[in-house]
Amino acid sequence: MIVNSGDTAWLLISTALVMLMIPGVALFYGGMVRKKNILSTMMMSFGILALIAILWVLYGYSLSFGPDKGGIIGGLDWIGLRQVGQEPSSVYATTVPQLAFMMFQAMFAIITVALISGAVVERIKFSAFLVFAALWFTLVYCPVAHWVWGSGGLLAKLGALDFAGGTVVHINAGMSALALAMVLGPRKGFKEGEPMEPHHIPMVAIGATLLWFGWFGFNAGSALTSGGLAASAFVATNTAAASAALTWMILGWVHRRPTILGTVTGAVAGLVAITPAAGFVPPLAGIPIGIVASLICYYCSLFRAKRRVDESLDVWAVHGMGGAWGAIATGIFASIAINSAGADGLLLGNGLQFAKQVVGVVTVLVYAFAVTWILGKVVDAVMGLRVKKEEEAVGLDISQHGERAYGGISG
Amino acid sequence: MKKIEVIIRQERLGAVKAVLEKKGITGMTVTEVSGRGRQKGIALQWRAGEYRVDLLPKLKLEIVAKDGDVDKIIRHIARSAWTGKVGDGKIFVSSVEKVVRIRTGESGEKAL
Repeated sequence: MIVNSGDTAWLLISTALVMLMIPGVALFYGGMVRKKNILSTMMMSFGILALIAILWVLYGYSLSFGPDKGGIIGGLDWIGLRQVGQEPSSVYATTVPQLAFMMFQAMFAIITVALISGAVVERIKFSAFLVFAALWFTLVYCPVAHWVWGSGGLLAKLGALDFAGGTVVHINAGMSALALAMVLGPRKGFKEGEPMEPHHIPMVAIGATLLWFGWFGFNAGSALTSGGLAASAFVATNTAAASAALTWMILGWVHRRPTILGTVTGAVAGLVAITPAAGFVPPLAGIPIGIVASLICYYCSLFRAKRRVDESLDVWAVHGMGGAWGAIATGIFASIAINSAGADGLLLGNGLQFAKQVVGVVTVLVYAFAVTWILGKVVDAVMGLRVKKEEEAVGLDISQHGERAYGGISG
Repeated sequence: MKKIEVIIRQERLGAVKAVLEKKGITGMTVTEVSGRGRQKGIALQWRAGEYRVDLLPKLKLEIVAKDGDVDKIIRHIARSAWTGKVGDGKIFVSSVEKVVRIRTGESGEKAL
């Protein structure tokens, strides 16, 4: 295996791009909460960045990508990065140092855990969230990543396609978000219809911009090479983001006004949906994939609010359901002409691929929801998931972190 | 001496200030406040759907004036803050017992 400098450069840059999505999530979520909880909301992303980065090099990479054990999980052969060095792997990204591939994958693990935090903002105890995150990473993220992307993983062997993480990242995070929010319960005042007003929408827009920017690394980087496939995934990504942003903007307009909160949410929905498809579908498939993504996520968000489930920042609606649509859309629009390692989809007469995609979606959807529910209950029983009533009232910035975002009256 | 507290629309501040300044009234304290009256609230949009905000942003002016100036000031404010739509605000007048200028220690009307 020979290291290709172009591929390596692109993968390292892509890794850094994906890293930038994590503060992107922090700002995106931070602007949507009330001002007494912005720091705690951002802290969950930053805390996860630090925590999961360590767990990943210690054992996460090995569990996810190490030598296969029965299709279920990677072995511990690569624990502490043993045998993971400057030489390329013989199975993954065979033209770049395995260390680069390992680090690229680290960012995916981190952002997936960080995404879940949107469901539980403004009321979860920080210590409990970190404990939950470590358990969830070990028992949900690593196995699912192995099934889908690990050499010998059961969904990989089945042939379910996931270019950059529609199932591993988005369905996984979205369904887990829903389960954890249901275990945790709603914010005080939510059921009574108190408005949970987003306190800083420009911050949400900046966060979404960082996400869109970083997503080029997420999706085009997932080509793992710097050639035509990366370019194709790049165009598909931008096209889907734009098409979904436009669709959500129009949905808001039809309702009353075109909002920036809605438009940037649409962009994220489109980016989520194109994630599994980006390197398997023709770039222009990004247009229908984006349109349908916004329609699905918009109505899922409405449905969620109507059922009065406080999955606070719509991780389920946007990532869970957007990811599910994207994975299924991969089975519709995929073409072997785009990626010879992929497959033809429904539109090219291959209904079997469509079925495989559905199996992949349902498997991850059920596993993530069920295991997260159990983990949530366990952490709650052992240490309590929720802050005290008074702590929630005063806000988590002060009660959990001893700092406030917008201070001082004395100049 | 009387304290005149005035709730006005944010966008009327310039007009109110200008007219009072012409009449020689320059001192005032302005605070951003939230409140509600007959205007009720407004509906804002969430990502999908909307929510209601029933406290609206207004400005509160506080002016302390000599008894004899009060009616004139009220008249000018009422005219310059007026739009004729629900939500123009209100004026409250109350008595002030004592006023002290911190810098000089002067008190009473001299301190206004």
